[in-house]
This record gives sequence, structure tokens and C-alpha cells, in this order.
Amino acid sequence: MFPKPIEKSSRSVQIGYQSLLPVALILWLLPLIAVALFSVKPAADFSTGDYWNLPSKFGGWENYGKVFFESDMPRYLLNSILITVPTAIGAVALSCMAGFALGIYKFKANLWLFFMFVAGNFVPFQILMVPVRDLTLDLGLYNTKTGLVLFHIAFQTGFCTLFMRNFIKGLPFALIEAARVEGVAEWRIFVYVVLPLMKPAIAALMVLIFTFIWNDYFWAVVLTQGAESQPVTAGITSFNAQYRAAYHLMSAGAIVAALPPVAMFFLMQKHFIAGLTLGAVK
Amino acid sequence: MTTTEVPPITPEPQRRSRYKRNEISVTPWLFLIPAMLFFLVYVILPIFQSFNLSAYQWDGLGEKEYVGLSNYKELWDDPAFYTSLKNNLIWLVLYLLAIPAGLFIALFLNQTVTGIRIYKSLFFFPFVISQVVVGLVFTWFYDPTFGLLNSILGVVGLGPVNVLGDPTYVTYGIIAAGLWPQTAYCMILYLTGLNAVDPEQVEAARLDGAKGWKMLWYVIVPQLKPATFIAFVVTIVGALRSFDLISIMTNGGPFGESRVLSFYMFEVALSEYGFRMGYGAAIAVVLFLIMLCFIAYFLYSMYKEERGH
Repeated sequence: MFPKPIEKSSRSVQIGYQSLLPVALILWLLPLIAVALFSVKPAADFSTGDYWNLPSKFGGWENYGKVFFESDMPRYLLNSILITVPTAIGAVALSCMAGFALGIYKFKANLWLFFMFVAGNFVPFQILMVPVRDLTLDLGLYNTKTGLVLFHIAFQTGFCTLFMRNFIKGLPFALIEAARVEGVAEWRIFVYVVLPLMKPAIAALMVLIFTFIWNDYFWAVVLTQGAESQPVTAGITSFNAQYRAAYHLMSAGAIVAALPPVAMFFLMQKHFIAGLTLGAVK
Repeated sequence: MTTTEVPPITPEPQRRSRYKRNEISVTPWLFLIPAMLFFLVYVILPIFQSFNLSAYQWDGLGEKEYVGLSNYKELWDDPAFYTSLKNNLIWLVLYLLAIPAGLFIALFLNQTVTGIRIYKSLFFFPFVISQVVVGLVFTWFYDPTFGLLNSILGVVGLGPVNVLGDPTYVTYGIIAAGLWPQTAYCMILYLTGLNAVDPEQVEAARLDGAKGWKMLWYVIVPQLKPATFIAFVVTIVGALRSFDLISIMTNGGPFGESRVLSFYMFEVALSEYGFRMGYGAAIAVVLFLIMLCFIAYFLYSMYKEERGH
């Protein structure tokens, strides 16, 4: 193991390390801790110019209450969910099939198609922006959640296919050969042999796509406009315009917008990290 | 699904259907069609459409007017384009700092003391948060009147510095905000990579007297190569995609000094300044060509890897 395990060092080094950890963590998360602190300060603290002392009283209920009951925030959150969940399902479904095709079968175009998905995944969004916006307008889906979902599914399919194909390539091919010898139809091999083995990959991608799409801002701005379809990342800018200089409310809003992916990460940590490392680093 | 017409039980070999006879060669295409369709319509075709559009003048509504290369000619003399390009280069170079920084934090956290798992997750935190929120958080962090940065600088007797209002600092300020989540990402890549480092090699090197930097550079880093490759890819892509932070923190300002190509393109094509789709497409093409160099390199590396197996 590298670096040398700390248990093998002297007692004082161990204590030093143990006490350095929380200090380092607080420094690392300082900007975030500041926002969390802001979000529970009562409005009065800000009007007297007291920014950095501890809250004079706990204003969390009031601030978060305002965010949830007196603003469009719940609306934006719901939109985000209605965009994120179908995208995750759609992209994972498409890429399970594409990954199966590219991971199991040998045909001439295989590697080229795979590289097409990989390359598309790295393309800067701006080269797609005008044509995709046009297409969405032509389909009558501008400023709808469906328009956003369709694009997200398509784009995320690139990354998901890369992931799925590599995952399926890592499965023992003997399983598929055995099934073929038994005369099992190919699509049944997919459903009954491969799909059950893909559960960890599916979980990893679901969590990852959820986070990516939840945090998307660019396409939300390009393809939607109003509170009826905008997700929370785009909504928070109008929220902030509404509560300009009300830092306690803007902070509370920011925390609410950030929370779902954070919760997702803590609940599904193992899958999340497996997804992020592309399964390449084990 | 397209394959439902297949009978669930294989019929006897003599009367096999056309599909059955070609099952192995047809099935992959049936499985690929939906993904390919989506990807072609929304990703591949738009790239070519943008190339085409960059030869037109278009406000997004009326008739397109063919102008040949004049959008590119205009770009050639556009100071805002050069500012954006310069900032893009600064982003690319400085963003790569996330890789050594992530490795450093990963080495710091790669221990087995109690509670270390929680520390690792909490260090990873910034990556999970949306860039919009990161942008807001750092805007307040930099705020000249009450921001934490200036409160700290004030204690040491420096400042106040209006980071986001100063043309010389603004890009660096935004990059620092971007490095925060990106470092967390690289850290997690390296933590997973460090797990896979071969303990026997480390022990052997230790017996040979290797330690500290030498051990890190000659024994550990070579074994972390796959993690480094992914870190490099995601960092480059992240640097060239930088849009959210700029849009939230400065909206390109002050005086357009924090623009990068991705932001400038959006501004030209979709914001209140203009609806000049053709000119925007030309900027996007330049950005795409820069990215293409990296994509070619990524694919080449992956191709070598594939051949190796």
C-alpha cells in the first residue's frame, strides 16, 4: 500500500494525521459550509451587516419554508425529476442493447460504431446547439420537458454505450457460447443471460446519469424558458433574481437544488464510483 | 422491441426463417438501431449541420443567406474571439492542475484509519453538486463586501480584491472555482487506482530502498496510468465545456474579459446581443476543431488498447 500505512508510524504522527483530517476537510468545504451557515441565518442578521457571526437565532425553518412554500422552487424540483428519471431510463435501455451488440458480436463496423459513440460523447455542446434547438422547435417540443428528455437520452447514450460495451466485454464469453450451443435465440440470450449480469452496470449508470442530468444547465437554458418546464438549475437563476440580495433565501435555494444528487451519491456510493471510473480502474 | 416476431422456441432446422438463418449477423443491427437513430439525429447530424450553417447568415427565423467564408473572415478580425480563445487556452492549461492536486489529496486520504470512508465521500462532495451551485457559492465567496475570501484577506491586512470584477483576475477566479469539483473527480479516480496498486511491487521497491518521491514517481505513478488517462480525458473535456460557471459567475464580464469560446458562441447565437446563428456556428466549428485534436488522440489511445487485447 502506498503511502505507508499510518498505523506503522509513531504515535505522534498518527495523532497528527487524525487531527489534520478534519481541519483539511473544513478548509476544503469552506465555501459550502459558508452557504449552509447563510441558509440558516435569519434575515435580520443580513440587514445589520452581520455576515460571518453565528446565526443570532435559528432561521432555517423560515428560510427553507419560504423556498418550499412561497417560491417556484417545488415546481422546478418536480420538473427536474420529470426530466432526469425518464432520461436515465431511456439512455440506459438504449445503451444496454447497443452495448450488447457491440460487446458480443464481431462484425466489420463494430469498432467504428463504438468509436462513433465515444467521439460523440466528447463533442462540445455548442456545435450541436443551433441544429438541436431548431429540431426541437420543428418538433413542437421547444420549452417542453419531452424536448429536453429526447436530447438528453440521445447524448447520454454515447457515454452509456461506452460503459456498457466495456462491461459486457468483461463478461465470460463462454456463457454466451454455451447458450448458443443449447440453441437459445440471440434475443433470449440478451434477456436471460446477459441482462441479469448487467445489474451492477445498470445501477451505476442510472445513478450517474441522474446526477449529470440533474446538474445540466446549458441545455436547460437552450431548450426551455419558463417555470412550467425548466429544471432547478435554470430555475435557480430566476429564483435568485426574485430574491436579489436576500442571501439567506438564495443560500437555502442553492442547498435545496444541490441536495438530490448529493443524497443519491451517499445512498449509492459504490455504484456511483464504479460508474465514474468507467469501470476501467478497478 | 424489433425482435418480438421471433418464435420463442427454435423451430426445426429445415424450415428456419430468413431471420433465423442470419441470426448472428442481423441481431446486432436490430439491437443497435434505436441507439444509432437517436445518436445520429441528435448528435452526429447536427455537427454537419453546424458546419453547413457557418456558411450562412441567419437570425434563426427568416431566410438563410449564403455568405461563404465571410463568418470566418469576421472571426479573424474579432477581438472578442481572440479574448475567448486566449481564455480557453488558460482554462486548458490551468484545469490540468486538477490532476496532480487530485493525486495529492488521494495520497493524503489513502489510509485505513477509522472514519476515513466518510472523509473520502465528503472530499468528493463538490463534484456531485451542480456547477450552477458551485458558481453561486464561489460568487459569494469572492464578494468584495462580505465574501469569505476578503474577510480572510482583511485579517491578514490585504485586499479587498474584487476578483470577479477585475479583468486581470476574473478568469483565474472562475478557473479556481472549476478546479474545486474537478480536483474532487480526479481524487476519486486516483483513490480507486491506488486500491489496485500491486502491494508486492511496493514492498519489493521498499526493500530496494525506494521511498517518498522516488517511490511515487517510479513505482506508483506508472501503475496509475489508466486512472491518469481518464483524469486527463475528463479534465480536457471539462475545460473546453466550461460554460455554466462563466454564465453564473460573470456572464462573460467584466467587459467580456472572462468569455471562452463556448460562452461567446452562446452569447452571439442566443442571448440578447444577437441571434446570429451563422456566426455562432462558425465559433462552434472552431471550438469543435480544437476538441477534435483531443478526440483523435483519445480514440487513438483507445484503439491501441483495443488492438493490444
